[in-house]
Amino acid sequence: MNISGYAAIIFGSIFVNNFLLARFLGLCPFIGVSKRTDEAVGMGMAVTFVMTLASAVTWLLYNYLLLPGAETGHNIMSFIMGNEVNLVPILKNVSYILVIAALVQLVEITMRKISPALYRALGIYLPLITTNCAVMGVALLNTTDAPRRFSFVEATLQGFAAGIGFMMAMLLMSAIRERLALADVPRSMKGVPVAFICTALIALSFLGFAGILGAG
Amino acid sequence: MELGFIIGSIFVMLGLGAIFGAGLAVASAKLKVDRDPRIDELMDLLPGVNCGACGLSGCEAMAKALLAGNAEPSECALIPPDVAERVAEVAGTDVGQRQKRVAVVLCRAKDVGRRHDYSGLSDCSAAALLQGGPTDCVYACIGLGTCADVCPFEAITMGEDELPRVDPEKCVACGKCVQVCPRNIISLLSVEKYVHVLCSSHDKGGQVRKLCEAGCIACKLCEKACEFDAIKVEDCIAKIDYEKCTLCGKCVEACPRGIIRDIRIDQHWPKATDEVTAAEVKSGE
Repeated sequence: MNISGYAAIIFGSIFVNNFLLARFLGLCPFIGVSKRTDEAVGMGMAVTFVMTLASAVTWLLYNYLLLPGAETGHNIMSFIMGNEVNLVPILKNVSYILVIAALVQLVEITMRKISPALYRALGIYLPLITTNCAVMGVALLNTTDAPRRFSFVEATLQGFAAGIGFMMAMLLMSAIRERLALADVPRSMKGVPVAFICTALIALSFLGFAGILGAG
Repeated sequence: MELGFIIGSIFVMLGLGAIFGAGLAVASAKLKVDRDPRIDELMDLLPGVNCGACGLSGCEAMAKALLAGNAEPSECALIPPDVAERVAEVAGTDVGQRQKRVAVVLCRAKDVGRRHDYSGLSDCSAAALLQGGPTDCVYACIGLGTCADVCPFEAITMGEDELPRVDPEKCVACGKCVQVCPRNIISLLSVEKYVHVLCSSHDKGGQVRKLCEAGCIACKLCEKACEFDAIKVEDCIAKIDYEKCTLCGKCVEACPRGIIRDIRIDQHWPKATDEVTAAEVKSGE
């Protein structure tokens, strides 16, 4: 893999296939924690951290435990069991959830020790990363074989870049919502409804990136 | 093959679960945060709205200050006396003395001219930034109700005259409105002393006369009327020395502009109903 390939993954995950604005994954924390910039950055960092780690761990899990050994040649399971067992269709989603849940717990424990203020600010949204579909989404996308199988470095890089893209979208949104708080919005549209409309408008502008990387 | 699936799945999930479980157990032991259990106990007793009336950054900061002996339970404006006693018990401090204060809007802007029609954001701070604000009097209430918006207790409502009304029952003197008012016309004052000079203008008398029907013109009639030397005109505005004020009401009668007032009349204090008659309310207007 050359440098331009890595650059394409980074640019693609942040702009072209931004998890929030192009794939619409993880809208719950996006709407919930984007009211203030400092909280949005904190949440973005937590999600980036979890996404990167989850990408790395789930890639190892997929390639060394779940896939049959015939294709990769070094499957631990088939080494122990002695026969070829393809666990991908039954265990992929379940084991990924386990990995993500454990990682979020680890982040939570670490954050409570290192930054209690951020821990309090994120509140319920920190444990909610467990069920953040953007994290699950990046893990699943990293470990599909189509259009081609990612290497470990590529998968981790995509997870990290997706997290950065998530944080960027959160930052954009929090800046807009800090101004929206002062704006004269019709009563029925105040808060979440107008935030969704703004999200749609940003997403529209992000469509402009779609043509940059060839077929996208 | 079927058996392989089942055994394989069980093996993988059990293995993963054991590894992650052990990892988290180690992490939680290594990264343990020592926390005084009394903080949680106090947090249950304190209101938990983080209003900041105590002068600290929130209820948890208050709980910590209580345990460190840097605060008294009575500094929390929201807890009733019986809860304050329990807080004092847990924290091992005295309850302390507190004087109930309320926010008072020191302006009764009446017929104040407008230097321009403001049509921007409905926010006093934003309006005040534009050409020094829309009112001719630069000390007058702008009337867009930012204080009412910011009040976490819904104690402030905007009256028909576009002036804020403070409900002293709901107000806990958290000071949010005081901070947000761009004209600095809201003060936290003791409930006990309910006669105030409801004007904040430092303009000279003649100038005030031109700008507002209800402004202090520094005529010093109140100063002469006061038998207790409690009221002084300084910097073109009457000031009451609340230590000396006995609430006799002489200055209220003497003021030709009707701005020295028993604010219980304006704000319909529950206490005032039996003391203040309807006729008095009318004559006050």
